[in-house]
Amino acid sequence: MKLVGEKGVRRILMTVAFSAISALLLITLFIINEGLPFIFRYGLKDFLLSSDWNPAAGKFGIFPMITASLWVTFGAMITGAPLGVAVAIFLSEYAPRPMMKVVKPTIELLAAIPSVVYGFIGVMVLAPFIRSYFGGPGLSLLAGSIILGIMILPTVISISIDSIMAVPRSYREGSLALGATTWQTIHMITIKASKSGIIASIILGLGRAVGETMAVIMVAGNSVNIPHSALDSVRTLTANIALEMSYATGMHRQALFATGVVLFVGIIILNSIASVALRKRTSKR
Amino acid sequence: MRINPRHTQKGAVIILGGATILVLLILAFIIIFILEKGLPVVNLQFLSSKPRDLGRAGGIFPTIIGTIILPVVALLIATPLGVFTSVYLSEYTKETTLTKVIRFGTDCLAGIPSIIFGLFGYIFFVITLQMGWSILAGSLTLAVMVLPTIIRTSEEAIRAVPKVYREVSFSLGASGWQTVKKVILPNALPGIVTGVMLSIGRSIGETAAVIFTAGSSLRIPTTAFDSVRTMAVHFYILAREGISQENAYGTAATLIIAVLIINLTAYWLMNRFIARRG
Repeated sequence: MKLVGEKGVRRILMTVAFSAISALLLITLFIINEGLPFIFRYGLKDFLLSSDWNPAAGKFGIFPMITASLWVTFGAMITGAPLGVAVAIFLSEYAPRPMMKVVKPTIELLAAIPSVVYGFIGVMVLAPFIRSYFGGPGLSLLAGSIILGIMILPTVISISIDSIMAVPRSYREGSLALGATTWQTIHMITIKASKSGIIASIILGLGRAVGETMAVIMVAGNSVNIPHSALDSVRTLTANIALEMSYATGMHRQALFATGVVLFVGIIILNSIASVALRKRTSKR
Repeated sequence: MRINPRHTQKGAVIILGGATILVLLILAFIIIFILEKGLPVVNLQFLSSKPRDLGRAGGIFPTIIGTIILPVVALLIATPLGVFTSVYLSEYTKETTLTKVIRFGTDCLAGIPSIIFGLFGYIFFVITLQMGWSILAGSLTLAVMVLPTIIRTSEEAIRAVPKVYREVSFSLGASGWQTVKKVILPNALPGIVTGVMLSIGRSIGETAAVIFTAGSSLRIPTTAFDSVRTMAVHFYILAREGISQENAYGTAATLIIAVLIINLTAYWLMNRFIARRG
């Protein structure tokens, strides 16, 4: 590298190092630039709290979508988080090491399956099942929650395993030496010590659930209404954007970008909480 | 009332083990379900012929081209950016406010949902930079999306190179960049490749970010400014618009096989990397 010399290399690398952060800034800037003026013009209160979404009549209230996103995410947490944490505990505390080395990457394959495939499974298997055993249209809040619950499993499991494994061995040995069983050690010592990491894994999973689009479009039914039961068809914020983006123009398109702004802000808040929790974990060690 | 700790111990093993088995069964069910219904449709004819009648009949050849070309171009853009970022972070600087900002930005970028990338790609690449729905716009959007994965995995791989290697290189009079080029990058290569493979896997399955930036044309592209349709997008359109269930299953099976091969290769590489180090 005679061409640029050490100092030049350092300068080039430093410039490149800003690529991720500048991409983030660009994204923020363009989404906000496209969406925020609309929110101001339409009124923040009307936009967020009105239930009237009728683009043809110039009505843009996204309250039903916000409610739907929150419920679907909550449902994903109910179905996915306990299951994921249970698997993480089993693999890190009970399973022999060779078994974990095989099972963990296998489970992580769940993250590799495209979201459209999850959606398709939801349509072909889950929705008919719900329709015939619980009633309703099948494509519903419940179906969305279950599919998203499965989709957040790899996130919850791998981050939880990492934080459970980060608990020092001496903690467990101390507890076992006092005569505690493995399970007593786990729920009194290990889980308490890795609590912030487990919480972070769940929050990151929720971030994934809020942002998931294609699977939710396929299974949640997409009708704009505030759900009264888990069997109602709902439309989330993400679905709202993706469904109408292809033909929206003018005010309508700006409203979709404004929906994106709301989603963006929600995700950033969730991820900031998660990163604080994760940092707590590392500083404890 | 106090339950005997032995019983709770046994109960815990059964419940936790049961949860693990349940998750494995779900994974197996998804893969087997798609392959069982889809594989009978997949044959050489299906893979190599063009779709007819919007995909109701015929094969998926143009979407295979799209599925290969978008991730490849995306990774050609993202890999150098990501690897050099991680070289800078781990070799050229100490922990400062600046590196914290870069790391925080990378984490934030990793958490952004793909539909937001789609919106951004549409308004920035497609409209503002006037690329239109094209390979270029789609690849650039995907590149931004996978950048955090590349940065993270390369940084881990670079940090895993033993300190002694650097000391030996420096003691022989090598400069910082020579050390990076001749010692660090070659030793971190398997780890970096793993990150690249995982990113390709993610790009192949991506729909929301691609459909608004690369479009969904079924023609075979001739320039970087042509629109393409990936298998994931094709599958989504077939399934959602109820065009052809049979071909949807076939496309899904091809997609799943591609994703599985790529991810298993990535794990295999990672294991070899760890084994060699350990």
